[in-house]
Amino acid sequence: MLKKTLVALALGGALIGAGQAMAADYAIDKQGQHAFVNFKISHLGYSWLYGTFKDFDGSFSFDAAKPQDSKVNVTLNTTSVDTNHAERDKHIRSGDFLNVSKHPTATFASTSVKSTGEGTADITGDLTLNGVTKPVVIAAKFIGEGKDPWGGYRAGFEGSTKLKLKDFDIQKDLGPASQDVELIISVEGVRK
Amino acid sequence: MQWRNSSSHYGLVSIFMHWLVAVVVFGLFGLGYWMVGLDYYSSWRQTAPDLHKSIGLVLFAVMLARVLWRWFSPPPASLPNHGRMTRMASKLGHSFLYLGLFVLMISGYLISTADGRGIPVFGLFEVPASLTSIPDQEDVAGLVHEYLAWALVIFAGIHALAALKHHFIDRDRTLTRMFGR
Repeated sequence: MLKKTLVALALGGALIGAGQAMAADYAIDKQGQHAFVNFKISHLGYSWLYGTFKDFDGSFSFDAAKPQDSKVNVTLNTTSVDTNHAERDKHIRSGDFLNVSKHPTATFASTSVKSTGEGTADITGDLTLNGVTKPVVIAAKFIGEGKDPWGGYRAGFEGSTKLKLKDFDIQKDLGPASQDVELIISVEGVRK
Repeated sequence: MQWRNSSSHYGLVSIFMHWLVAVVVFGLFGLGYWMVGLDYYSSWRQTAPDLHKSIGLVLFAVMLARVLWRWFSPPPASLPNHGRMTRMASKLGHSFLYLGLFVLMISGYLISTADGRGIPVFGLFEVPASLTSIPDQEDVAGLVHEYLAWALVIFAGIHALAALKHHFIDRDRTLTRMFGR
């Protein structure tokens, strides 16, 4: 009896171990919105202006043991930009910036992931924004993973990258201090 | 000249408000057209839209007063040489000018107040936001404001041409009546 239990435990342990070694697929938690695509850009060099995209979705696959096999895909509705100021949002949607009527979606698709240290990685991928596709590197940090209190399993990351507005054909010149925008992506995924 | 309109002549109040609105509408169109193209570092970048909104809200009050006055003191009767078609066309045209102007002003108000912010009027007082829940409000209201502004100034131009036609071709009192004659 004791022997049988021990064998079962060992087997179970081996199975769990095998399960963890395989990359799991996660859907970005859009329902509970534990996910944010934020950006910040300098205002005249005097302060940071923060904004967010309210509507986006995506998925990633991740295995803590093999971070280099991770993948991430995000699709974003550019119309959903929100900087807490209607007139500014309208301007950002216009041809001066994001051209949302012509380019209503932005996407990011990873092409390779390179571990850079304990819980950090560089995610290289193609970012399509304002109709321009360019490779970018997101410096990502693993935040945590584990069971949630409602029967699911979650993992979360945060990453950022700096974009030159001109690189993505954004015409408006906001001045020397505001040539770049920092994109900050903070997502939690629920294991599928 | 009388303050009130009579059955044959316009009074001072109607005449004054007509020309005031005419000047302000074309002025606001010019100001609006110019301000949306201003560079981010232009010194007018904040003042021009503030002025545009302040003047627009005062115009709204003037237009309300104008409609009330029209009801209190109706405009003079049509000139006897105007046929049925002319009367109908002028009624339709004037209705569009009034209605269009109100929709234009309301759409402008809805852009700036879409996020719940009020609009300061010449820095003296603030007109609060009201409707903020139209989907993509600032964009929809923005399109209405832009296209309607063009439609309205073009139509106001036609309105002016029609007045000139009455003056120089029909040689009637349509235009001179608006100067109190």
